[in-house]
Amino acid sequence: MSRKLLAATTALVLTGTLPALADCPVKVGVLHSLSGTMAISETTLKDTMEMLVEQQNEKGGVLGCELEAVVVDPASDWPLFAEKARELLTVHEVDVIFGNWTSVSRKSVLPVLEELNGLLFYPVQYEGEESSKNVFYTGAAPNQQAIPATDYFLEELGVEKFALLGTDYVYPRTTNNILESYLQQKGIPSEDIFVNYTPFGHSDWSKIVADVVALGADGKKVGVISTINGDANVGFYKELAAAGISADDIPVVAFSVGEEELAGLDTSNLVGHLAAWNYFQSAESEANDAWVEAWKARMGEERVTNDPMEAHYIGFNMWVNAATAAGSTEVDAVRAAMYGQEFPNLTGGTAVMLPNHHLAKPVLIGEIQADGQFDIISQTEEVPGDAWTDYLPESAVLKSDWQELGCGMYNVETSTCVQIKSNY
Amino acid sequence: MVDLSLSATRRPLVTRYPSLLIFLGVLALFTVSVTILSEGFGIGVISTSFVKTLGKTLCLCLVALAMDLVWGYCGILSLGHMAFFGIGGYAIGMWLMYARTEIIVRESLAAAPLPPTPQEISDGIAAQIFGVVGASEFPPIWAVAHSLPLQLAAVVLVPGCIALVFGWLAFRSRVTGVYLSILTQAMTLALALYLFQNDSGLRGNNGLSGLQNLPHLDHVSQSTISIVFFWASALALGLGYVLCTWVISGKFGSVIRAIRDDEARVRFLGYSVEAYKLVIFTFTAVLAGIAGALYYPQAGIINPAEIAPIASIYLAVWVAIGGRGRLYGAVIGAAFVSLLSTWFTGGQAPDIDLGFYTVNWVDWWTVLLGLSFVIVTLFAPRGIGGLFDLISERRSPERHGADLGPEPGALQEREADR
Amino acid sequence: MFSFVTRFLVCFGLCLSALSPVHAQQIDAPVQQILQAHGEVIKKSSRRTIGPAIDALAASGLTDAQVVLQRWQDKEMWFDRETGIFVFGMAADGGQLSVFEVAGGAPIGVFDKKQFKQLKPNSGIRGLIASALVQFQLNDPDPDVRETAISSIERDPDVSHLQALRRSIESEIDPALTARKSRLERLLTIRFGSSDAKRIEAIESFDGDLGVDLRAALNPLVSTRIEAAAELPEGALALEVGSDDLSVDAAYDILIAAELAPPRVSSDGLRDTLVANIDNGTVAGIEVASLDADEARFSAYAALAEAGLAQPLVTDATITETLQKFQFYEVFTGAPVSVAQAAQVALDDIETRVALSQTADLALDGLSLASIYFLAAIGLAITFGVMGVINMAHGEFIMMGAYTGYVVQLFVPDYTLSIVVAIPLAFAVTFGAGVAMERLVIRWLYHRPLETLLATFGVSIALQQLAKNIFGTQARPLTAPGWLDGSWVINDIISISYIRIAIFILALLFLALFLFVMNRTRLGLEVRAVTQNPRMAASMGINPDKINMLTFGFGSGIAGIAGVAIGLYAKVTSEMGSDYIVQSFMTVVVGGVGNIWGTLLGATMVGFLQKSIEWMNPSNTLAAQTYMILFIILFIQFRPRGIIALKGRAAEA
Repeated sequence: MSRKLLAATTALVLTGTLPALADCPVKVGVLHSLSGTMAISETTLKDTMEMLVEQQNEKGGVLGCELEAVVVDPASDWPLFAEKARELLTVHEVDVIFGNWTSVSRKSVLPVLEELNGLLFYPVQYEGEESSKNVFYTGAAPNQQAIPATDYFLEELGVEKFALLGTDYVYPRTTNNILESYLQQKGIPSEDIFVNYTPFGHSDWSKIVADVVALGADGKKVGVISTINGDANVGFYKELAAAGISADDIPVVAFSVGEEELAGLDTSNLVGHLAAWNYFQSAESEANDAWVEAWKARMGEERVTNDPMEAHYIGFNMWVNAATAAGSTEVDAVRAAMYGQEFPNLTGGTAVMLPNHHLAKPVLIGEIQADGQFDIISQTEEVPGDAWTDYLPESAVLKSDWQELGCGMYNVETSTCVQIKSNY
Repeated sequence: MVDLSLSATRRPLVTRYPSLLIFLGVLALFTVSVTILSEGFGIGVISTSFVKTLGKTLCLCLVALAMDLVWGYCGILSLGHMAFFGIGGYAIGMWLMYARTEIIVRESLAAAPLPPTPQEISDGIAAQIFGVVGASEFPPIWAVAHSLPLQLAAVVLVPGCIALVFGWLAFRSRVTGVYLSILTQAMTLALALYLFQNDSGLRGNNGLSGLQNLPHLDHVSQSTISIVFFWASALALGLGYVLCTWVISGKFGSVIRAIRDDEARVRFLGYSVEAYKLVIFTFTAVLAGIAGALYYPQAGIINPAEIAPIASIYLAVWVAIGGRGRLYGAVIGAAFVSLLSTWFTGGQAPDIDLGFYTVNWVDWWTVLLGLSFVIVTLFAPRGIGGLFDLISERRSPERHGADLGPEPGALQEREADR
Repeated sequence: MFSFVTRFLVCFGLCLSALSPVHAQQIDAPVQQILQAHGEVIKKSSRRTIGPAIDALAASGLTDAQVVLQRWQDKEMWFDRETGIFVFGMAADGGQLSVFEVAGGAPIGVFDKKQFKQLKPNSGIRGLIASALVQFQLNDPDPDVRETAISSIERDPDVSHLQALRRSIESEIDPALTARKSRLERLLTIRFGSSDAKRIEAIESFDGDLGVDLRAALNPLVSTRIEAAAELPEGALALEVGSDDLSVDAAYDILIAAELAPPRVSSDGLRDTLVANIDNGTVAGIEVASLDADEARFSAYAALAEAGLAQPLVTDATITETLQKFQFYEVFTGAPVSVAQAAQVALDDIETRVALSQTADLALDGLSLASIYFLAAIGLAITFGVMGVINMAHGEFIMMGAYTGYVVQLFVPDYTLSIVVAIPLAFAVTFGAGVAMERLVIRWLYHRPLETLLATFGVSIALQQLAKNIFGTQARPLTAPGWLDGSWVINDIISISYIRIAIFILALLFLALFLFVMNRTRLGLEVRAVTQNPRMAASMGINPDKINMLTFGFGSGIAGIAGVAIGLYAKVTSEMGSDYIVQSFMTVVVGGVGNIWGTLLGATMVGFLQKSIEWMNPSNTLAAQTYMILFIILFIQFRPRGIIALKGRAAEA
């Protein structure tokens, strides 16, 4: 009894001294598009955040405060992301933001976050080559998705010739650039790497598929690495199926096709094609069973879970733990407490937050099944996320370490910090 | 009518267009009150993000003014003016990115054991800017990005030259009416697609970002910068309004209105219709470019999505809703619709619960906008500006073919015989 | 704590009692022993290490081995997490697993799934298993199994298959399979044949063939490597440095790789050397502060090189000098010279025919794209071309048709039937929408074309958002019936999917329908009368209002059917309409307004143009679209009224 009283008094004293504790409820900004082209992907994440906040409130909130989700809609309009981020930080005065999907939207909010010292958790796989003091990247960096998938192609499937197909924007461009360089280091000559970029929502795939088939003419096994985004996948996979290409002839590994995307497709012709992620709904663990069950109970039986949702799950729980450890929701204190935070991920292992603001997560490769789910056929150990790739000469010398060096763009050759703010 | 315009040339601009003085007064009052209420220079009632929104709205008003001139007065429904707006933004954005990155690179290279060569600095800047899109060399399009005066010239010259060439080609072969609209839309689409490509050298889909951070002004807070840009936008809008009023006031204005009403007759009267159209098209493109150059440093990022054809269509929507053929109509339309859009899509508008269905404005605003646009076109061709006719008790004459706007020769009603 | 212990004990007892009889029986079986011997690699499940396990099973001669391999391939093999014993498993109700013995396949019982772990061979391992199974399958009584075996050889040809394949040909009864086997046998002979003469014979037997598999067999034979030596070896094919086959840089790189010449000094290397030699603020006596230009750095480096502190710079002059000391020549690395030359002859012959086929394939693609554009634009050719109404919501009518197809498929699960229902329904829905729009909006604006454009834009924006609100932004599936799956294959290069052929036929049907309605029916006559002179038509007893309404509805209805077709081949989203609207207008404008043949020509031109630009720049489809639009803009400058321009009074109407 007396101990409880003491705790309460301590809490009272603390609230007096720590300003962050004073403003209950603790506000969690949710910066996901609810309208426009990205709404389909991002609305799911908004719902995920609301569910997480609710679950946490049932457990008693954080630091004795209720959590409140502040949801804004940047409407898939990139400049609006910056505006809404500023609004969240200055008008609503949120303690942390969970948000963004596309890289361009992240680049749009970066200057605002760094100016106002905000804190963003970014949940989507991305191209790397960035490290901001104010962002924790809970999605996969290229070395946590693209590189292991390419290794899988090289070693397990014996692919000798690569078609890198992508939608023409930053993530595919940079990822393919890294992969080209990586493949060449692995001894694949540059003439055996075919690269093609198509616009968003591209639908006329016959010629590109024919080009890919023609690659097999010199007797080497061909594999496709697809960074094709969103709707365009529908036409692409339809054309693949029409051309009678099975996964045994020309396997396709996709980095942007998950459970949500497959919902728009008849997958019976795609069985055996691959996707690489850090999470699949079919992962076998008790935490995942509970998570999927809670999600379906909330959103409906036909809804699926996916990788960015897991990223938010890990990110949010880590943030709660870090805030508890720091005894405050103040950004700098939470950031310091984030390093080394561990939280069990949904695929069975443990995710660790590294000093470069990336997670160590396992890489999973799944085969598409007829029911639109993935059969996990390969799971690696936890791979530490790498902000700057080792496979491009300009980036190989760079390193990010906010804990020891206090720099996200540290040149190990000259031992200098290139810049404190991030590149945008 | 003819009499009026002849005698009009002798009187000063302000008396002939009383709306000019009222507009400038309102604009000045607005600017002063926003400054007083702002965080940067005043009591801080208005947040910095809202000041930025207001500043951007003023730029949109300026481009709407250009649109009104080219469409409401000259009858060319251009669906390409937001492209010129975007080009202006890109032009200034290139310098902002270059200059900011140059400071960072110079600082980091200063620590190197050897003093950097110009090539190393240039490579360093290129790696910083293009690293994100997987390139590390400067494309030729960035040749003058280091120089502010040259990029400022580009803000004016690039949209101007594109408009000049495109307009010359189009007007010369007498592409008019809806064909011209479709052609300008195609031009916008081609430009957007071109910029979407990484090979275009402007960072593809990512575009240019971080534009709100002005080089060498790191120590100045955004609340101050936002107000300064707000002033600049207000000044540009004021000057643009005066300039546009001047353009439509004289004989030149009469000719372009005549071109709108009946191009063939003007041609038979011996005027070079193509030259007039070309001048107006180019002039408004330049105006749009300037508006864009002021807009994007406030928005912080420019990318090809900003140039997509739909943006130019919205521009036409603003002008139509505000009221074509009157300059203040365009300004009102742009300000009203874009602010309302922000309010509705921002999730601030209260949802309407119908019992069986909840109307969520984030989802339904666009439907409402589209339908209101149809309604305005059908039933209120004068737009919001028409309300001022009620105040000024300006009644329509009871005949067809009468002017719809307050100024002589504004958009006309249908001719009686059609 | 206590309860945990009891639960553990109970479970342990149960598990033990359930498993122990199996335990003894299983472990003795020879096939289980082979599996256990390779247990580690099998559980590791990596293509790189799995080889010995598969080989051991295949070579064991056990009948069980074949079953094990097959069920392993089908992901039906599991192992006990505790004992490591391999079993077959089938999912049973309630998360349970029915377990069977690997030897004989006798049922063992039903267990909790968590006790076992599934083996999930990846497709690389499945390929190896398939390859190993070939020897069992080639003479299988079931033709499907034999076909599987042939396919697996085709995928991963191996020297061991050649003998088995040859043996199986004689006993083959199915003529189609005999043909495939014999072709495969010759392909394998090209790769693995015992004598050069036989290989050359096999190569020559393929005269006139241009299959990808043949080229895949031939190409490795003609692979070459460029080598350098002071003297040209006898019979080697000399290469000239500086020619297209061998650039100066490439030649020097070969020398560097062979360690016959010093590597070049990169600018980074140069800088590093300078940094390494900084001594008291100077490098080779030159102030560090002055080294901010390339020339200064070169001279400092030269000074270092002279002092022996760095390797000398490789200049262009030294490169030329070094290259002159060597001869460069090509050697065949894939096969003996005679085979390689035969293969080269065959390939050269194939190449010209491949190029021809590729052109044909490209033309087919262009035709297909043209028919899609035509289909998207034909409704517009009616509303815009004939009536002169700009309907920017045309794309949304296409979208409405596609969504109608999607909704029909929700209720009618049979794909063929659903398409049969969807097409008239899509026509009806969009016809209704078109009529409604004409009555409510367009008829007030017939003489204000610019305002029609804007008002229909408003409708377009509203419809698009409405579709988003109803169906969501994600693509919806519209699945083609099974008989439209796959493609029509002429040879390995020329092929076109059936769905595209169907679209082409549909486009032709629409063209015929349009011509019939316009030229042969009363409606068509009245439409033409109303568009030419509404008042005159009215005085002849035609109701122009009604005709306008019907015409607009007809054009919109056709857009709806086009939507079903486009949805079948691509995707159904709320934005699919806007993907086609600009192209559709371009098609109509380029072709010439008011003439269906013009639209046809316009679509053909746009389609072929886009494909040929894509062909010229295969890595960037976006560029193709950009350049095509630019070309069209220019084209309209020179033919403002399109390919087929109306002349005379009609042109001004």
